[in-house]
Amino acid sequence: MRAENGLDRRGFLTRTFALGTTLLLAGCDQLSGSESFRRLLFRAETLTRTAQRAILGPDVMAHEYTEADISPDFKANGSTDPQDEDYLALSANGFQDWKLKVGGLVERPMEWSLAELRALPSRTQITRHDCVEGWSCIGKWKGVPLKVLLDKVGLKPAARYIVFYCADTLDETLTGGAKYYESLGLADANHAQTILAYEMNDQTLTVPYGAPLRLRVERQLGYKMAKYVMRIEAVTDFADIDGGQGGFWEDRGYEWYAGI
Amino acid sequence: MSAISEEGVPRRQLIYRHRLVVRITHWVNVLCIAVLLMSGMQIFNAHPALYLGQRSHFDHPVLAMSQAPDSDDNPVGITTILGHDFTTTGVLGVSRENGELVERGFPSWATLPSYQDLATGRRWHFFFAWLLVANGLVYLAWSLTTGHLRELVPSRDQLRHIGGSIWEHMRLRFPRGDEARHYNVLQKLAYFGIVVIVLPLLVLAGLTMSPGIDAAFPWLVELFGGRQTARTIHFICATLVTLFVVVHVVMVLVSGVFNNLRSMITGNYAIEPKEKPDAR
Repeated sequence: MRAENGLDRRGFLTRTFALGTTLLLAGCDQLSGSESFRRLLFRAETLTRTAQRAILGPDVMAHEYTEADISPDFKANGSTDPQDEDYLALSANGFQDWKLKVGGLVERPMEWSLAELRALPSRTQITRHDCVEGWSCIGKWKGVPLKVLLDKVGLKPAARYIVFYCADTLDETLTGGAKYYESLGLADANHAQTILAYEMNDQTLTVPYGAPLRLRVERQLGYKMAKYVMRIEAVTDFADIDGGQGGFWEDRGYEWYAGI
Repeated sequence: MSAISEEGVPRRQLIYRHRLVVRITHWVNVLCIAVLLMSGMQIFNAHPALYLGQRSHFDHPVLAMSQAPDSDDNPVGITTILGHDFTTTGVLGVSRENGELVERGFPSWATLPSYQDLATGRRWHFFFAWLLVANGLVYLAWSLTTGHLRELVPSRDQLRHIGGSIWEHMRLRFPRGDEARHYNVLQKLAYFGIVVIVLPLLVLAGLTMSPGIDAAFPWLVELFGGRQTARTIHFICATLVTLFVVVHVVMVLVSGVFNNLRSMITGNYAIEPKEKPDAR
């Protein structure tokens, strides 16, 4: 008699558990789509950013590796072969006509050709590239520190963010295509390892990796490191640019501060 | 010590087993760990392979979930562990999503959200990671000040008799009488291992995947032997937590589910009297 009760109870519990899990899973998907709940979840980003800023002084450097550590098979991700007409025209003659435009809230808007950028002070660094998907590759990058350019154009006091506009339209199955863009706060923009790279592993940067110029932000995840950079703009706020979240992936739910 | 009724027969006794802080942090943990395991599988699915070292050796994963078509062009799920392939269609590598076989590491029913969405998975993961850490710190601070942690350390005597305890557990016979007042040796080892070793290691390995944390504390990534090794250790620890949860829930079910649940809700736990030798 007792055993039967026990079995009944067990059966009841199993059914309740199965029903509970199903409801819970459906509920979690509902929550994942709910605007107010997403906002609540997104609060954690502020906590993460604040905590990382607190332990990560402006001059703390990402670890730099040796030649022996370089990945022989660096993964090219995101756009790897942009088909945008403007870009194809530029790449057709080896980016001879390409110029980097730096403007927005600056004292002296300027333009640089590749040769002119190469003539500026450069920095070479062997760093680990951490993708938001989880993999890592190590590469050697040579480029001009962003700070060198920002000092030349002179930021106006109202400038808070540096926005990078790219040549590539990235197709994303869920949300459709858009031009890639990214943004950095001034602390990261002025960091010594934040460079605009034109060389990778001692070779001129190739198309899959962002030719002619890509950003390196070594203390954050790969998606911050915009490839195919065309134009740089200093702004007060990025709320009115595209989706308003400060970048292509940020507009699709990823954290603006990509420190983890 | 056993309570004796007037007739001299030992009877059931209610004791106050779990204090309030333990009960609250336990249930917060249940929520956190459920969300973290499921959103963790969502994140893993973005690149369902693990490596050793600082960088990904894409040709030599220690674990990978992938798909390859069979001779009839049907997708086959393949899980590769240390170079050995296992067919895992339906669960790992290839599983059903809305009725169709699709390529994905862990199946839809195990991930949060159920559909492929790394960005949302990360949001869930980091929110509940903060909550887990806050909850864990409350528990540890309280445990250290009250000496609760010592209750999780097996005594020498208990360790000597661990063989007997394993045998008793396998026969689903659990301590009664005075022995049931305290955690038995297997409980102590499991709880101590999870609370003091696996969960802290899991959190540290998770933090080591952050490029920001690695810049701030370079010794951490050195300690783990690289970001990709840290990711692998994070995965192994999560697997250990999953195993712990499965065994823990089974034990709760077979050792008196009502009594166990009540003790973790109200704190009160009933101790059955020791059986008399002639009752067997």
